[in-house]
Amino acid sequence: MEAQTYRVRVGLATCGIAAGASKTYDKLLPLLAEHGIVPERTGCMGMCFSEPLVEVISPAGETFLYGNVTEDKAEIIVEQHIVGGKPVEDLLVLSNVKETENSHFMAKQERILLSHMGVIDPESIESYLAYDGYKALAKAMQMSSEDVIKEVQKSGLRGRGGAGFPTGMKWNFAYQAKGDKKYVVCNADEGDPGAFMDRSVLEGNPHAVIEGMTIAAYAIGADEGYIYVRAEYPLAIKRLRKAIKEANEHGYLGNKILGTDFCFQLKIKEGAGAFVCGEETALLASIEGERGIPRPRPPFPATSGLWGKPTLLNNVETYANVPAIFRLGAEQYSKVGTERSKGTKVFALTGKIKKTGLAEVPMGITMREIIYDVGGGVQDDKEFKAVQIGGPSGGCLPAELLDLPVDYDSLTAAGAMMGSGGLVVMDETTCMVDVAKFFLTFTQSESCGKCTPCREGTKRMLEILERITEGNGQPGDIETLEELGEAIRDSALCGLGQTAPNPVLSTLRYFRHEYEEHINEGKCRAGVCTNLITYYIIPEKCTGCTLCARNCPVNAISGERKQPHVIDPSVCIKCGVCMEKCNFDAIILK
Amino acid sequence: MTEAQKCYAEDPFDYGPVDEILERFRGEKGTTIPILQAIQEVYGYLPRQALEYAAKKLKTPLSRIYGVATFYAQFHLQPRGENIIRVCQGTACHVRGGAKIMDALKDQLGIGVGETTEDRKFTLESVACIGACGLAPVIMINNDTFGRLTPEKIKEILKNYQD
Amino acid sequence: MSKVNITINGQALQVDAGMTILEAAQAAGIDIPTFCHDPELTRAGACRICVVEVAGARNLPASCTTPVAEGMVIETESERVQKARRSILELIWADHPHDCLTCEKTGSCKLQDYSYRYNVKESPYKGEARDIPLDDTNPFFFRDLNKCILCGKCIRKCHEINGAGAIDFMYRGFGTKVTTAFDDPIEESSCVFCGMCVDICPVGALIPKQGLQQGRSWEVDKVLTTCPYCGCGCTFYLHVRNDKIVGVTPNFDGPMKGHLCAKGRFGWDFVDSPDRLQTPLIKKDGEFVEASWEEALDLIAAKLKEVRAQYGADAIAGLSSARITNEENYLFQKLLRSLGTNNVDHCARL
Repeated sequence: MEAQTYRVRVGLATCGIAAGASKTYDKLLPLLAEHGIVPERTGCMGMCFSEPLVEVISPAGETFLYGNVTEDKAEIIVEQHIVGGKPVEDLLVLSNVKETENSHFMAKQERILLSHMGVIDPESIESYLAYDGYKALAKAMQMSSEDVIKEVQKSGLRGRGGAGFPTGMKWNFAYQAKGDKKYVVCNADEGDPGAFMDRSVLEGNPHAVIEGMTIAAYAIGADEGYIYVRAEYPLAIKRLRKAIKEANEHGYLGNKILGTDFCFQLKIKEGAGAFVCGEETALLASIEGERGIPRPRPPFPATSGLWGKPTLLNNVETYANVPAIFRLGAEQYSKVGTERSKGTKVFALTGKIKKTGLAEVPMGITMREIIYDVGGGVQDDKEFKAVQIGGPSGGCLPAELLDLPVDYDSLTAAGAMMGSGGLVVMDETTCMVDVAKFFLTFTQSESCGKCTPCREGTKRMLEILERITEGNGQPGDIETLEELGEAIRDSALCGLGQTAPNPVLSTLRYFRHEYEEHINEGKCRAGVCTNLITYYIIPEKCTGCTLCARNCPVNAISGERKQPHVIDPSVCIKCGVCMEKCNFDAIILK
Repeated sequence: MTEAQKCYAEDPFDYGPVDEILERFRGEKGTTIPILQAIQEVYGYLPRQALEYAAKKLKTPLSRIYGVATFYAQFHLQPRGENIIRVCQGTACHVRGGAKIMDALKDQLGIGVGETTEDRKFTLESVACIGACGLAPVIMINNDTFGRLTPEKIKEILKNYQD
Repeated sequence: MSKVNITINGQALQVDAGMTILEAAQAAGIDIPTFCHDPELTRAGACRICVVEVAGARNLPASCTTPVAEGMVIETESERVQKARRSILELIWADHPHDCLTCEKTGSCKLQDYSYRYNVKESPYKGEARDIPLDDTNPFFFRDLNKCILCGKCIRKCHEINGAGAIDFMYRGFGTKVTTAFDDPIEESSCVFCGMCVDICPVGALIPKQGLQQGRSWEVDKVLTTCPYCGCGCTFYLHVRNDKIVGVTPNFDGPMKGHLCAKGRFGWDFVDSPDRLQTPLIKKDGEFVEASWEEALDLIAAKLKEVRAQYGADAIAGLSSARITNEENYLFQKLLRSLGTNNVDHCARL
C-alpha cells in the first residue's frame, strides 16, 4: 500500500494551536490511522498567515504544505491526497516540486537556525537526534575550551538579542574570569510587542538551545545553568521541561555528559511579568528572587553575575546558532552574512504586511527584500510608510531607507537597532506620532522605576506625546522631546532606559513633518488621532441608504431615507463604523 | 475596610499548602518568585497571611517580599473573582468604542479596573491587546473571546456567568 | 595597592586601582553631586546626578559605580554633563512640591543645593504629580512621599545597616514608592525608629517631628557630644538654639559612623521638660516634698547606717545606671564596698 509511506506533519506552536491546529491534529489522527499513518507533531513552520498548517510528504520526498487546514479540510487532504494521490491545489501553500503564489516567501530565506523547525518533533529527542542533534556537542567536547571559544569567535557570531556584542568575546571573558563556580544563562524573556522568534524556537526546536548552552558551559567551565523564560510562554516552558528531562536521560545534560567528567545541570526559571527582565542584570536579579531591577555595570556578568559568580548570558537565538557553527564549521557558517554581521537573523514579520510569519534571512539583505520579496509587500497594496524594527528600543525607518542593508551597524547608524527581531510594517494609515506614543506607553508602564531619567523622563515624554495626539501640542514640544530624549539616552542606567527614547527620536528624525502637522495645523494625516479628525459625508455620493445611521453607536447621523445624510460632529465619537459600513465610499475623513 | 485589610484571607487560614511549598523549595537558591508563584497557584492570589508566614520561615523581611510581589505584573494581592474579564485596550478596540464597553462593564458590575465584585464572581482587568483586532471591540472572559460588542450585548454575556 | 593614571578635568592623577571615579574625584578635592550614594551602602547608581563624561564612552556613566581605568580621561562639569544634570533636576522638580519656603529641610537639602548650583529655576514639564497623603502616624518623624526622590538610601540603611528591613521599594515605574509591606503605618512595621533613614534623606521626605519651626539649619549651633543613654559611646551633634535643644544629627565621623538608636536619635525632649526633677524629693507624711541635696544626702547616710546596724552590711545593695560614666560607676561600687557590701549591680544587666 503506497499510502503507508506518506508522512504527515502538523504545526503545533502556540499560534497554530490558537488557529485550531490541535483540532486538526485530533481529526487527522483516526483518519490517518486507517491508512497506517501517525501524524507527526512539529513546531512553527513560519507561515503564520495560513495557520493551521499541515505538511504531506510523499514517498518520493515531495513536500506539500497545506494552509488554513481546519478540521473539515483535514478530511479532504486525507481523501484526495493520501488516498487519491492527488495534491489538493486549493490549499497548497508551498511545495518543493511546484511553484505556488507563496514561493517567494522561502526564496530569499536562508534557513540555518530554522532548518529543522517545522520538521522535527520538538517533544522527542529522537527526532532531534535523527537530524544530527547533539553531534555539535560531541564535536565540541573533542576540542579544548580555548578551541571551542576560538571557533565561536571565528564564526563572527554576535548576540542576537540586542546590541550585537561579539559572542565569542563574551565567552572568552567568562572563560578567563576566575571562579570556582560559573553559570550559563539563557535569556528567553522575549517581551517586545510584535516579537515571537524566541518563542517559536523554544517551541519548535528546544534541543538546539540546550545543545548551544551545553557547549557554552563546556567552553567556559560552568556546571550550572538557567533558562529564564517569560511566564506568558507556557507551551515553550512545557516543551523545554520535557527536552531537558530527555537530554538528562540520554546523557547530553546532567552528570557525566557523553561519559566524560563534564557535568551541567540546567534549570528553568519562569518570569513573572516584567519586560525589564530582558535586560541582563535585571534578569539575573530576577533569577536571584529579587525585584527585576538593573544593576550597574561594571562589574559585567561575565566577571560577577549570578550570585556574584562569573556568568555567561546569551539569548535564545544566539545559543541556537551555536550547534550550527559546530555542525557546519565556523568557516562555512561565516560565509553567510556581511563583513561584520555574520550568519542569519530570524525576523517576525507583522503589522501591515501581506505574509505575516517567521523568516530567517542572511545578514546584509535589504529591508526591501524582506518586506517585498519575503513578506509579499504591504497589505492591501497600500503605500509603505515605515518599518519598526527592534521593538521599544528600536526605531521606525522610512521608505527612503528600504534599501538599507539589515546588519547591526547599519541599523544602529540609522537610529534603530537589530533588537530581538520584530519587524512591524506600517502603511499610510499609521500615524507616526501615535506609534511613538504606543511605544512610550509601553516603556513607561514597564520602566522598573530605579533611575531618574527613565522613570521620570519617559513619563514626561509620554505626556507630551499624549498632548500632541490629542491636538494640544504646543510650539517647542518637539525641541523638548529631543532634548529630553537625548538626556535619557545619555544618562539612564540600563540599556532599556538608554534606548527608550529611540521610537520618538527616530520618528522625529524621519517623520518630523507629521509631528509638525499635529502641532501647527491640528492635522493627523493618517486619520488616527481622533481629536484631529472629523468624519464627513459627501452629499453627492450618499444614496441615503441609512446603513451608516443604523450602525452609528451614538446616533450622530441623521437624514431622510434616499436623501444625503449628515454627521453631527458634536455627537460623533469617531469610532469609524459608518465609514466601514458605507458601500458607496461616501464617508471621508477631514 | 482598608486596602491592607483586604489582603487578608478569611480566618481560619490553612497554612498547610504554604508549608508544603516552602518544603518543596527548601535548600534552593533564589526561590522567592517561584514560591510566590506556587502560593498564587493554590490560593488564586497572594493572601497576606501566606506572605507573612513565608517571610518568617524564609527569614526574609516582609517588605522585601511585598516589594517583589508588587513589582511583577503576574502577582495579585487581592482575591480575584471566579471569572476574569479582560477588556482589550488595543488600538483597534480603542477606535471602535472599547471605552464604552469598559464603561458598561464598570456600570453593571459596580467595580473599577483591577477590582473584584463583592460576591467574588468577577474581576475586571484591562489588557494591552488580545490580538483579535478584526472583531473589535473585544473582551475575554476567562479563555473565551467575545467580539463585535456593543454595550447592550454585555448584559447578555454576563448573564451566562452569573450562576 | 596598584595605581592607575587618570585625568580629571585636565588634572593628571595617580589613584588606587579599584576606586570609583567619584572616590578618585573626592580624593582630589573635586566635588561631584550625589543623591543615592553613601560610602557605607551598596552602590545603586540610581539617581544619575553624578554622571560624568569619559572620553570614548558612548553614554555618561555614573561616577559612583564606574571604576577608574588606566588612561581614563574624565570631565566632571562639561557642558554635556551639566545638561544631563539639569535635565535630571528638572525631572525631579516636575514631581516635587515647591514649598521650599516652609520646608524644614531648607538649607540642608541637596535638591536645593544642586538646583542652585545648576541654575534650575523651574521644570519645563507640567504633568502628573504624586499626591500621597502625609504620613504622621508615628511619634518621631513625618513621611512626605511626595518629596521622595527614590534614591533608596533609607532602604539600604534599613536593610544593610540596621537590619530591621521595614521598608523597601514597592510597585514599579512612575508608581514606585518607598514604603512598608502592605503600606502599613510605619509603627506597625518592623521599624525600630533608629532614625537613620531620616538622617540620610537628601531631601525633605523624612522630617523629625521634634524641633519643627524652631530654627533653620544655619540658625542653630551644632554641639558635638556623647550620647548619655548607654555605654556604646555614640557621638552626635545637638542642635542648640536659644539655649534649647532643637534637634540631633549623627556624627558620621564618630566611632559609630552615625548609627544611632531611637533613644539617642529622638529621646532628648526630656532635657527641657517641665516635668523634670530639679531637686531631690523626700517623702513626708505620704507626700513628696522638695529638699536640698544636703538634707537628702544626710537622710540617705542615716538610713544606710541604720540598716547596717540593725541587719548587717549584706542587707544593703546598690543598683547603678548605664547612663552615668565609667568613673561614676567606679565610685559607686567603691562607696558600696566601703559600706561593707559586695551587692552592687547595674541596670543594663537586668
